[in-house]
Amino acid sequence: MPPDAPLIEAPVLERVLAAAVRRGGDMAEVFAEDRQTSGASFDDRKIEELTSGRERGAGIRVVVGETTGFAHTADLSEAGLLAAAEAAAAIAREGGGGVRTVALPARRPRPSRVEMLPSTVAKSTKLELLGRADEVARAAGGAISQVSVSYGDARRRVLVASTDGVLAEDDQVRTRFNVVCIATGDTGMQTGYESTARTVGFELFDQVDVDEIARSAARRALSKLSARPAPSGELPVVLAGGSGGILFHEACGHGLEADHIVKDASVYVGKVGEQVASPLVTLVDDGTVSGEWGYYAVDDEGRPAARNVLIDHGVLTDYMWDWLRAKKAGRVSSGNGRRQSYQHLPMVRMTNTFLLAGSEDPDEIVAQTPRGVYVAKLGGGQVNTATGDFVFGTTEAYLIEDGRITEPLRDANLIGNGPEVLRRIDAVADDFSMTPGTCGKDGQSVPVGCGQATLRITGVTIGGTAA
Amino acid sequence: MSELIDVALGVVARARPGEGVEAYVARGHDTEVRAYGGEVEQLASASSSGIGVRVVLADPGGGGNRVGFAWAGSLDPSVVDDVLADARDNAAYATPDPDVALAEPDGVVAAELDLWHPDFAAASTDDKVQLALDLERMVRGADPRVRQVDSADYGDASVEVALASTTGIRAATRHTSAFLSVSAIASDGSSTQTGSGFSVGRAASALDPKRAGDDAVERAVRLLGAGKARSGRCSVVFDPRVVSTLLSVVSSALSGEAVVKGRSFFAGRVGEDVASPSVTLVDDPTDPRAYGAATFDGEGLACRRNVLIDAGRLRGFVYDSVSARRAGTVSTGSAVRGGFAGTPGAGCRALLLSPGELDQTAILHAVGDGVYVQSVTGVHSGVNPVSGDFSVGAEGLMVRTGVFAEPVREVTIASSLQRMLQSVLFVGADVEWLPGPAAGQTLAIADMQLSGT
Repeated sequence: MPPDAPLIEAPVLERVLAAAVRRGGDMAEVFAEDRQTSGASFDDRKIEELTSGRERGAGIRVVVGETTGFAHTADLSEAGLLAAAEAAAAIAREGGGGVRTVALPARRPRPSRVEMLPSTVAKSTKLELLGRADEVARAAGGAISQVSVSYGDARRRVLVASTDGVLAEDDQVRTRFNVVCIATGDTGMQTGYESTARTVGFELFDQVDVDEIARSAARRALSKLSARPAPSGELPVVLAGGSGGILFHEACGHGLEADHIVKDASVYVGKVGEQVASPLVTLVDDGTVSGEWGYYAVDDEGRPAARNVLIDHGVLTDYMWDWLRAKKAGRVSSGNGRRQSYQHLPMVRMTNTFLLAGSEDPDEIVAQTPRGVYVAKLGGGQVNTATGDFVFGTTEAYLIEDGRITEPLRDANLIGNGPEVLRRIDAVADDFSMTPGTCGKDGQSVPVGCGQATLRITGVTIGGTAA
Repeated sequence: MSELIDVALGVVARARPGEGVEAYVARGHDTEVRAYGGEVEQLASASSSGIGVRVVLADPGGGGNRVGFAWAGSLDPSVVDDVLADARDNAAYATPDPDVALAEPDGVVAAELDLWHPDFAAASTDDKVQLALDLERMVRGADPRVRQVDSADYGDASVEVALASTTGIRAATRHTSAFLSVSAIASDGSSTQTGSGFSVGRAASALDPKRAGDDAVERAVRLLGAGKARSGRCSVVFDPRVVSTLLSVVSSALSGEAVVKGRSFFAGRVGEDVASPSVTLVDDPTDPRAYGAATFDGEGLACRRNVLIDAGRLRGFVYDSVSARRAGTVSTGSAVRGGFAGTPGAGCRALLLSPGELDQTAILHAVGDGVYVQSVTGVHSGVNPVSGDFSVGAEGLMVRTGVFAEPVREVTIASSLQRMLQSVLFVGADVEWLPGPAAGQTLAIADMQLSGT
């Protein structure tokens, strides 16, 4: 198949969609995907393994009233697709739809704009990066006892067609690189992690410095060897710009996903137009930021990615929507319908979620914090959208004493309640940056970006072991 | 089943002279139903299959072997050919390593396990839909304070796997599983809390919707009115489900692979007392009650019972064949892999703490004062199996004079895994077989840091 050929030809799509709604149905959709991945791991001073994977198939859903029927197949022939359409339609018990013809608009291919497709890069070139990162990390200090480096790329071609007249394609290329270091000392072992991941091709490595990633991971592990236990109780917390931005992803991002809203399972239900955060908070979810980890041209329902302002100067302006929840609310999707693969149903997901930068000097924010915790790097987090309680972990943190960053702290989770923490943000600096991450929801993982500048929360509970 | 092993053998037969080839072929069928508002919100049913191939090449310079891997979500013959070619090409780039090799048959006979439930195929889609609908209705009607059920799910899967290699491995295995899962949201006007419940088995007929529903409701309702607690050191009684989660983190430190690569706080401590004498920890995938029960491991060797901690003393680790060679020992039949797209590594499947004498009520009495942790959050961000650092978000109930007192939320519990193992007070008699690589039971641990206000 030539590289620019559609995954499924339009006449086939039209016949499959017509078959899917033959016995009724409000909407039928074919989502086809062709995914090729490659990865390499360097561990324990060796190129351990190169891997390659390929996956191709289609998921077909048929929506009838409140019910969605779904089936998928790895067989993209017309016969295979018709069988999946039949299975998905089998839930259309109400029937009565009658014969319906489906006409799709003209195709608009959307070729990937990456400069260097990873599949065109020699494997040996990829491996050189791994070996170099290992060397640089080990050179950072004699206490570095183990280094693991991994590289991965994925090309995902998708096609979406529906009885609503959607016909959209996208070609998404993502490349990632990460380093995990272990440092060993008198107090045991500590870990340090750093990564880069962007929706670009192999030109990623013209944009980022692999040596710097390796050094950051090593430094993080080394500094924690002398770390003291994190405090317990409530303290002011300064989150560094680029520390992860996962705060907003957990404190309100998930709670603003419309699937939680329509089920009354979010603390943000009914709060549009209300002040839900400090006036310093303007939060945006934006799938159009080219190159970011959560970037795409169209979502997994064929809707173009969009820039959506969620909170404007503290006032809740909107939720994030996919096709199904938007339809229930009588509006259009915000371009947030995503799925892990063709084997999954789409749901509301974030893209690149970030807090707009403020105007303060990050150093001044620290200087004006007599005592607290400075978080240089965050790990993951988790939220209960119904109660708003959320946690997020630190992977590099320090004490702030008399307005100065002092001793390193061991890793800990911080816990807070979304709406309360958003109100307690009293300073936002001008040093904005984004961080890639993987977001898990209901068993599906998707790439997302998180961003923020240095900011301060007046009080959060720190989950350390020190009294 | 036989067609899967035929696919695997077909790949192995194409090995070139001197080349090691292993093919792992899997096929699955799964169904998922979600009920909401008395209707079917989602119904999905589909089959999938795929193959993962490892090729091992001997280094001409005698420096060892190189391994390469490739996978595809298809058993189409032309795709399978490409996978073998990709794996072979990938192998050429690995660093030669004398410890890299495919597993060899070790003569251990696989346990006879009945993991394919005879009723599995008998359940109709309507039966499955009805289970989910009943579960949702039951939870909605159980207590006036339940104001929402945001998910009530039924799911099942049947999986068949065949594995063959040029070293003479021939393994075929199949299993079924089914679950019910429900999440309830309760409100008393001023406070909202959530609780989840589930039931797992090997077929729809083996599930207990009432138990799943009651559990979700009780857990949500008893947290109503919860507030933060004062920071301080205290004894902590963990719910069986939390214990299952914690053991699965501990299990990554018991992986021989983590140990030989210097990524486990247990490394170099075999023979030492790493836990309280009340702790005996065994990984036994041949126990058919375990969710992770299996006849063969991810390299086709027979699964077997491995004692890891015996009365507090560290006895050993679980190994796949490569990590075993690195450690100078033999595989414990503990290779695990994440389906056809994953490569094998060493891991546990069916951990169980030897049950103690006391049930949960008796343990609460014995502990007297402390906190009962019903659920934890942030395990992946706050528990580090390399350093042992432990910090998680928690909700549950205070324990005063041996009984449940006021509910508590938005607190953290912290310590280190090393210290927690040494500070185990009681291991419950109340074993629950839960999804994941570990069973759960009530566990009391002394002297942890509670952080609240």
